[in-house]
Amino acid sequence: MGLTPKQLAAKYGLGVSGKRPSLPTYVRQLWARRHFILAFATARLVAQYTTAKLGQLWQVLTPLLNCSVFFLVFGVMLKSRDSIPVYLAWLCVGVFVFQFSQSAVQAGTRSIADNLGLIRALHFPRACMPVAFTVIQLQQLLISMVVLVGIVLANGQMPHMTWFLIIPALLLQCLFNTGLAMVMARVGSKASDISQLMPFILRTWMYVSGVMYSIQGAIATWPPLAKTVMALNPATIYMDLMRYAFMPDSFSKHYYHGGKDASGHALPQHLTLPHHIWFTASAWAVVVFVAGFVFFWKAEEEYGRG
Amino acid sequence: MADIAMSNFREASQDAAATAASQPARTPTVVVDDVHIVYKVHGAGSGKGSATSALSRLVSKKRSPSIREVHAVRGLSFTAYKGEAVGLIGSNGSGKSTMLAAIAGLLPPEKGAIYTNGQPSLLGVNAALMNDLTGDRNVILGCLAMGMTPKEVESRYQEIVDFSGINEKGDFISLPMRTYSSGMAARLRFSIAAAKTHDVLLIDEALATGDQKFQKRSEARIRELRKEAGTVFLVSHNNNAIRDTCERTIWIEKGELVMDGHTDEVVREYEKHNRA
Repeated sequence: MGLTPKQLAAKYGLGVSGKRPSLPTYVRQLWARRHFILAFATARLVAQYTTAKLGQLWQVLTPLLNCSVFFLVFGVMLKSRDSIPVYLAWLCVGVFVFQFSQSAVQAGTRSIADNLGLIRALHFPRACMPVAFTVIQLQQLLISMVVLVGIVLANGQMPHMTWFLIIPALLLQCLFNTGLAMVMARVGSKASDISQLMPFILRTWMYVSGVMYSIQGAIATWPPLAKTVMALNPATIYMDLMRYAFMPDSFSKHYYHGGKDASGHALPQHLTLPHHIWFTASAWAVVVFVAGFVFFWKAEEEYGRG
Repeated sequence: MADIAMSNFREASQDAAATAASQPARTPTVVVDDVHIVYKVHGAGSGKGSATSALSRLVSKKRSPSIREVHAVRGLSFTAYKGEAVGLIGSNGSGKSTMLAAIAGLLPPEKGAIYTNGQPSLLGVNAALMNDLTGDRNVILGCLAMGMTPKEVESRYQEIVDFSGINEKGDFISLPMRTYSSGMAARLRFSIAAAKTHDVLLIDEALATGDQKFQKRSEARIRELRKEAGTVFLVSHNNNAIRDTCERTIWIEKGELVMDGHTDEVVREYEKHNRA
């Protein structure tokens, strides 16, 4: 007898309550909850629009409405469509792809705070939440992809071997988004000021990424360093990959025959894919995913506090 | 007068702890070692939320004066053992729920430490699950979140729904959980959490909203859980519920231990104290 409480706990192998598991254990726990993540994402997706009359149709309607506004303002009024072949399809791919990352950030920011009840009631690795919300965004994107294929075909772009590149491009962006969502989940679980700032940050990100105009054309006269920095923007990279996969022609030289389009307008320098784009895309995906995961795990024991 | 009585209780509880320690066969599952818990409350105080004061705080880098510290638990120590059901009693705001949240690992102790066997599960009356999802979705997701495999969930599903009694008055399980009454929601939550064997189950008033029939059923389930070598903590203002389920009770007042011992004894003193 005469054991101190600490010795008593050690003797019977009791652990400190609420201690964060080691990184390998955490990964194992998370993998064991894969069914939960999938089921949670599916249930959320279905429930999301239950109060709206048009139901899940909004998943497609919202980005389409966005596309039409951008087409009107940037395409027609600001004449972006003059410098880009197949502008409508080009714009729609951009909007859908950017939306994928944007909504991952938004959902990730709220993923802990909005599910505090669940987090406090049941014990599971908290990373399930941001991961599940990224899966929801992916499911939404896959539905939108069907619409996108329709738009691309309607604009006279025929299926092409490069369409297979859609899959690796999506996978990389998915990885990137998951990491981003985990970073935002930890940030959003603590600082409530961030949620007020997010709309501005996201809007800035969208405008500098060249969703509705060609970023290459806009910065053609910038110094090389600034150009390189702009070209490293992950949103631009993932959009370009997807645009190339869907419409390789818009990146090929002969499309711009003589620098004039069909109606005789002069075309600027043709669009090119940046060098090493697959490498940059993979690097962004892996680095952000790993860093985001570790960053999220570091505060695992704190998420229930709120 | 009251103070003298309290110190007597404290001596009695120390005796009880000493006799508990001398029984070698019991395995501890929760060890609470001189725990202090301090809440930092934002937004206390008045008139400090204005934009100008926020700006001047940013400039001067001073801590917001509206953050106040509340010392909710002051130096609690006790040990709970396998197969034990421990009741926690005390007036409102005495620190019972805080203590449970700390055992569950949701609140970090400011001083001292809490050691537990495995991951304790906290069942609180306010812990909503997924309100916009249907009851059956909640059952499935709750079980998956607790780490069951899809197969296990399938085999336990009917049992959980039957236990909750949600479907006794028609097909309520297929309605969103936000349409449930607070009693129905609490019943479903308890049924989900109780479906798994827990090393340590913490119940915070979760049974108070259920009807008589359900309370009897859940008391039976708590006894089963204890037989499966779990430890159950129960916070309740219903002294009869404590008497029926727990053989040991801890009385907390103002974050301090008043008495720790057999339920009959502790509850009797508690009731005596409250009448006075």
